Amino acid sequence: MFSIKRLLSGNEAIARGAYEAGVRAACAYPGTPSTEILENMAQYDEIYCEWAPNEKVAVEVAQGASIAGARAIAAMKHVGVNVAADPMFSFAYTGVNGGFILVSADDPGMHSSQNEQDNRYYAKFMKIALLEPSDSQEAKDFVAAGLEISETFDMPVMLRTTTRISHSKGLVEMGERCELPLKNYEKNVAKYVVIPANARKLRLSLEERLGRLAEYANTFPGNRVEGNGAEFAVITSGIAYQYAREALGDRATYLKLSLTFPLPDTLIREFIAAHPVVYVIEEGEPFLEEQIKALGLKVIGKELFPRIGELSAAIIRQKLLGENAGNPALASDIPVRPPVLCPGCPHRGVFYIINKLGAIVTSDIGCYSLGVLPPLSAVETCVCMGASIGNAMGIAKMRPDKKVVATIGDSTFLHSGVTGLMDVVYNKGILTLVILDNSITGMTGHQHHPGTGFTIKGEPVRQVNLEALVRACGVEKVWIVNAMDLDEVEKALRAALNCGEPAVVITRQPCALIEKEKHRTGYIVNEQCKYCKMCLKLGCPALENKPGKVSINEALCNGCGVCVQVCKFSAIGKAGI
Amino acid sequence: MGKPFNALIVGVGGQGTLLASKVLGEAARLSGFDVKQSEVHGMAQRGGSVVTHVRFGDKVYTPLVEMGQADLIIAFEKLEALRWAEYLKPGGVIVVNDLEIPPIPVILGAASYPEAVYERLEQAGISVVRINAVEAARQIGEVRAVNVLLLGVAAKIFGFDKHVWEEAIKTSVSDKSVPVNLAAFNKGWEMQGA
Repeated sequence: MFSIKRLLSGNEAIARGAYEAGVRAACAYPGTPSTEILENMAQYDEIYCEWAPNEKVAVEVAQGASIAGARAIAAMKHVGVNVAADPMFSFAYTGVNGGFILVSADDPGMHSSQNEQDNRYYAKFMKIALLEPSDSQEAKDFVAAGLEISETFDMPVMLRTTTRISHSKGLVEMGERCELPLKNYEKNVAKYVVIPANARKLRLSLEERLGRLAEYANTFPGNRVEGNGAEFAVITSGIAYQYAREALGDRATYLKLSLTFPLPDTLIREFIAAHPVVYVIEEGEPFLEEQIKALGLKVIGKELFPRIGELSAAIIRQKLLGENAGNPALASDIPVRPPVLCPGCPHRGVFYIINKLGAIVTSDIGCYSLGVLPPLSAVETCVCMGASIGNAMGIAKMRPDKKVVATIGDSTFLHSGVTGLMDVVYNKGILTLVILDNSITGMTGHQHHPGTGFTIKGEPVRQVNLEALVRACGVEKVWIVNAMDLDEVEKALRAALNCGEPAVVITRQPCALIEKEKHRTGYIVNEQCKYCKMCLKLGCPALENKPGKVSINEALCNGCGVCVQVCKFSAIGKAGI
Repeated sequence: MGKPFNALIVGVGGQGTLLASKVLGEAARLSGFDVKQSEVHGMAQRGGSVVTHVRFGDKVYTPLVEMGQADLIIAFEKLEALRWAEYLKPGGVIVVNDLEIPPIPVILGAASYPEAVYERLEQAGISVVRINAVEAARQIGEVRAVNVLLLGVAAKIFGFDKHVWEEAIKTSVSDKSVPVNLAAFNKGWEMQGA
């Protein structure tokens, strides 16, 4: 029969793989480059899907599903695994009932992340199996293979992708869903209750399970020798395999590794014994290389190849073949085009007002971290999900003479900001928290969360009431304002900063990209314009600095009206009025 | 076909480069080729410089086009054409939408928008196809279809059958947007060589 191949991203392929492998539960918190895994999973009625408030909860729910006998997946970006690490370490001890996969989507090169941590080390640290697909087909296949490994060896499996796997498309052979019954559930406290007496026994069994898996790694079909080129011998994994094949082609022999923890030691010993010089080509940290060298074997790795940023075929060509890519240097004087807050973004006016207050401003993970860029330049810290509040607390405690403002989005506040706010109230911090409530998870492309009133499948549900939540934390000074009304925002912020106790200002307006159609009538600049350039301080991409005047790009303007409020000469009005 | 065909689609976040690359990838798949493409999502999309790589051939390994290897670039904006032109191989072609979107440093007066973009590209030995796609899209009554229209302008360079393109569009957009995207593609197809 003619097979059907579709062009799928790694993320789409993982969702398809989960569907075909009979997965029944899938949980995630959105984060680039992992987000589309759950978005695609949600199209299958057979799979229970949820956006969890954070990655820890996502793992715990998927773990519960596994304990209940279902195949389950939790997906997240690399830094999400930091949040989810706590249940994962214990999960290695307890093992699974239904197969479980943790998808870690790493982001070498930091396209949309705050660091480039190589999460392969987590698999080794947690003592769980690690699979590294090198394209979309393997991303799909390794879901099924991973679930088999998980059930056979009674352990969670990490499926680790990188941006160029997650967001690259390739041809994938489609299959049918294999409908698996729930595995039997029995109360088993020795397995699932990690009190020390049980954990000590599980600790022993974990090493035994890993030992068996290490044997299996030598026969896993994804660990194999390819090609027979005589010039180079290469050990590689993940996307680096594709770069190596591209750069070295038939000139090399490859030991392509896919199950990379535990490492297939026999395969590696045999490969190295058969070749005088062996290169380890891997992106990021020397994860394979360190383990191979720890076996007492000689390889060349990070002495030659960079550990920082993304690898490429060009780097391999340069290092091994001495070839440099042609570079006509056309582009020396080209202005950069950094990402910006969108035209009509409700965060813009809020940051503009915050800038007038002379406060120290901490921020968080989301679109609003773009408030750091000129001309707004409003943000002074951005560390990780939820950190704005704890950071502001520490600053306020050490510098009581300063006004301190923390800024965080609605989704991030629910993810891990609310615990920080409890700390502020409990430990008598004096600061103002601004919740930039655009009623969606914005940066990752509009995912619902417990505050939006909808599930991942679009069903209406009860929603968290942010005002009631912050009041329940003990905050008594709470303002709710329209983010587009600059006077209202300024009055609330000034009152909050001067109230001498923990205060919360919730600034409301939906994300401009959702409400696009509603505000479509744009603004124009009239002859009253004195070219004072005040409006340009907003950093709106729709406002253009033309010689001698400012003009509004009609195609970009979303009609938010914030620039109208900033203009002192009434020089901005509705088109046609 | 020996070496894969390498294309870049470049522009500014929000211009619809992802849809254009999706249609191109589907057209290559439907023509029986191995295909890989690479995109950028997330923060970079917020009005930043964006690029999609598309490669097709008998066998494709890396999803990324290397510098100096692109057969074709479709640029949705002039400055982005200049920025990515070094990815072209000698004798490569660049299709440029005749549109200027000033980046924030230009809006703030910290940098100036480059002059003589087309002349600089041509002096570097690049074949430039210059197109006012916004105006052409306006003629068919849908300015947002600039992305598929530009793809239509470049389409003959790939050598796929016309009906393959139409099929690729049908599999890539929602049913209700098929007519406008087909119209945009056909408009571009007719403009090529004009």
